[in-house]
Amino acid sequence: MRPILEMKGITKTFPGVNALDRVNLTVMPAEIHAVVGENGAGKSTLMKVLSGVYPHGSYTGDIVFEGETRTYRAISDSEKDGIIIIHQELALVPLLSIAENIFLGHETAKNGVIDWFEAFRKTQDLLKRVGLNEHPNTLITNIGTGKQQLVEIAKALNKQVKLLILDEPTASLNEKDSETLLNLLKDFKSKGIASILISHKLNEISKVADRITVLRDGTTVDTLDCHAETVSEDRIIKAMVGRELKDRYPKRERNIGETIFAVKDWSVYHPIHADRQMIKHVSMNVRAGEVVGIAGLMGAGRTELAMSLFGRSYGQKITGDVFVHGKKVDTSTVEMAMKAGLAYATEDRKTFGLVLIDDIKHNVTLANLEGVSNNAVVDDMRELRVANGYRSELGIRSPSVFQLTGNLSGGNQQKVVLSKWLFAGPDVLILDEPTRGIDVGAKYEIYGIINRLADQGKAVIVISSEMPELLGITDRIYVMNDGRFVAEMPVAEASQESIMRAIMKSWEN
Amino acid sequence: MTDAVETTPRQNNILRFIKSNIRQYALLLSLLVIMVYFNFATNGVLFMPLNLTNLVLQNSYIVIMALGMLLIIVAGHIDLSVGSVSGFVGALAAVMIVSNKIDPLLTSIVCLAVGGAIGAAQGFFIAYYRIPAFIVTLAGMLVFKGLALTILGGASVGPFPKEFQLLSSGFIPGLYPSEFNVLSMVLGTVVTALILYFNVSERKAQLAHGLAEEPSAIFVGRNLLITAGFMAFSYILASYKGLPNVLIVMFALIALYSFVTTSTTIGRRIYAMGGNEKAAKLSGIKTERLTFLAFVNMGVLAALAGLIFAARLNTATPKAGLGFELDVIAACFIGGAATTGGVGTVVGAVIGAFMMGVMNNGMSILGIGIDLQQVIKGVVLLLAVFLDVYYKNKG
Repeated sequence: MRPILEMKGITKTFPGVNALDRVNLTVMPAEIHAVVGENGAGKSTLMKVLSGVYPHGSYTGDIVFEGETRTYRAISDSEKDGIIIIHQELALVPLLSIAENIFLGHETAKNGVIDWFEAFRKTQDLLKRVGLNEHPNTLITNIGTGKQQLVEIAKALNKQVKLLILDEPTASLNEKDSETLLNLLKDFKSKGIASILISHKLNEISKVADRITVLRDGTTVDTLDCHAETVSEDRIIKAMVGRELKDRYPKRERNIGETIFAVKDWSVYHPIHADRQMIKHVSMNVRAGEVVGIAGLMGAGRTELAMSLFGRSYGQKITGDVFVHGKKVDTSTVEMAMKAGLAYATEDRKTFGLVLIDDIKHNVTLANLEGVSNNAVVDDMRELRVANGYRSELGIRSPSVFQLTGNLSGGNQQKVVLSKWLFAGPDVLILDEPTRGIDVGAKYEIYGIINRLADQGKAVIVISSEMPELLGITDRIYVMNDGRFVAEMPVAEASQESIMRAIMKSWEN
Repeated sequence: MTDAVETTPRQNNILRFIKSNIRQYALLLSLLVIMVYFNFATNGVLFMPLNLTNLVLQNSYIVIMALGMLLIIVAGHIDLSVGSVSGFVGALAAVMIVSNKIDPLLTSIVCLAVGGAIGAAQGFFIAYYRIPAFIVTLAGMLVFKGLALTILGGASVGPFPKEFQLLSSGFIPGLYPSEFNVLSMVLGTVVTALILYFNVSERKAQLAHGLAEEPSAIFVGRNLLITAGFMAFSYILASYKGLPNVLIVMFALIALYSFVTTSTTIGRRIYAMGGNEKAAKLSGIKTERLTFLAFVNMGVLAALAGLIFAARLNTATPKAGLGFELDVIAACFIGGAATTGGVGTVVGAVIGAFMMGVMNNGMSILGIGIDLQQVIKGVVLLLAVFLDVYYKNKG
């Protein structure tokens, strides 16, 4: 049988990073093909290459679809051939109806005038096919995430889909909705539609997938045929994380003191959907000079936990207690959290971390302007000394501290964010994905900074999706999944397999 | 040959500096060009002592409101109500002083407080309920326009007593009973010397830290230009009636707001908030309170402008303040403020206000109709912002 899709030797580089390195992916007609891998393994990049988000010419290698070599320049090109991608973040307009969303950009119009009766009739047909019992006039905002996912699929069906790509479709769905969705995929399979399923939930994959392609560090490491052999979850996990740990982490003398930061029974609800509990009774503690990691997959609630702790910057109906140096502290505003000795360096530097139109100097002192001013008047020269001090201490590479932070590389931007928080003088630092989007050399420097902070007796919490990184730099790891801490392990006893297993196991409960 | 080799890098240096800072110099140069042009076109009337004095008096309230508007725009908002608020406050002052015979000083204090309260009311909805400033102040614009009409009963109220008029038609006294106002000249000289002193000491500090980017030739030239401009300005005014009281108030406020925006923590925080509100908030800055205070400040300045305008006309009319907001906002944007927030300078806004003022004045002297004046001002506004964006994209 001839494959419906062959991606051969796909290589895609970003400045400084080899995102994909000669990746091969073959999908047979009427097959559910799972693509798995750690965060950053290259799954999403591969799908963006396939769908034309990265246009032909920006990568090397061939895409053969239905026997012909394709050169997609935009998503609309791949959609024309029946390749439809459904992203993790749904692309629906919340205040338009189901029917309007399904036909957005493909309106049933004659001379620009929309035939709504036709649209409704077709929408009803499509909704029946995906098993969604809602009126076409219902607004998207009034239906749950699971149903929204089905609307996305109905939208895909309307475009005569031949290959459906689902990126983490069940990440935000509950058990029942996930079940519905997976059954729908099987149903499509029987009607001859092939799908690519990207997922972290291995139990779901083993339920529905015909074949599994495993990516790691931008290369294809394995393709497993679920019908030829019994594929266990352990087998998949091993293929996913099988990389060796090289000497990528600076050594540190561990000198761990007393507990200086503790959280008890912390619960947080979603800021908009008040009935969705995002953080479920989390308790944790960190000691002086200790680096504690929080592992988990995307959507596990790690950032939500950190931001809710830091001045309730996320969520509502927050309950639980925070202790610093054994004393209960109020962290209900960012200012009070900072006063209590907390600092939070965000995962999204550009949106939450830096004033990009301002220079390094002003960004470094932003969280502690009092530290460079007398009676609310900023002392320019003192500020300059502080900024220059951090620039040389953390190795920020720029012509001067007057460089706009928007013009810096990711690694240097991260160092500016760290400088800002170091200058605020906290006891407890929460670093959210401190090395995301940073090249290997800069990562090593950031690890060095983290080590120095621990040496100074600070409590450091590192949130990271890169498990080798957590294993390399932390002393202890909390594993988080679905808003809960599902495991806690000293780093000596932890491994990528054990972390993955803890996550997978928690899904089954 | 050797000469050429030696001078070329230096010239390049100066040219490169001008090129990379063209946005700042372009503004000052445009003002100069416009002033020189109108001076010639009007056969020297523009710089005549009487006219220059008028120019200052006519633009003082726009400049004063532009100071507050700049903070609002830098914070990432807008205030459409300032014209109506200043008109309302002028009307309130007239009703209090003329109709109810309340002491002018007490009235002025009450009026400033009312302005602050109006700003607080608008700022409350904008900062704490996140209603867009455009909507809140559009509503405010209608409300206070209506209230001004109501308290004036649809008619003009005036005239004001002498001591209230002094606010805008008074001049500082001369030291000797002579034609030439010596005190004004002395004051002008002192202010010029102070500006030079600050510029030189800043330059010294920059040189000491190896930070001086500006080539020496430009630094000297710029300061000579400032000195000449300020001294000529003082001399011309002194040879008429002297420095108007309003000018003193205006200069004090410009100096104060320049200082606040460039050198204080609160100024720095407003810029950070306008540049990236989320990042500012996560850095412990109370963004809501800061927004609120910016609107309170705007209300007070609008009230002050309203008092000055009423004192200048010597009557409060229901039409007072009409369209002021447009001149004020235009001044800020001509002066280089960004619609997205986080960018803009006090000096820029003041230059922008004077640019509008000189054009208004010059075109009126030339006898250009109000209709065509509006067209020209509109084109200048668009051109100024276009050039700003154009050079930003290029740089």
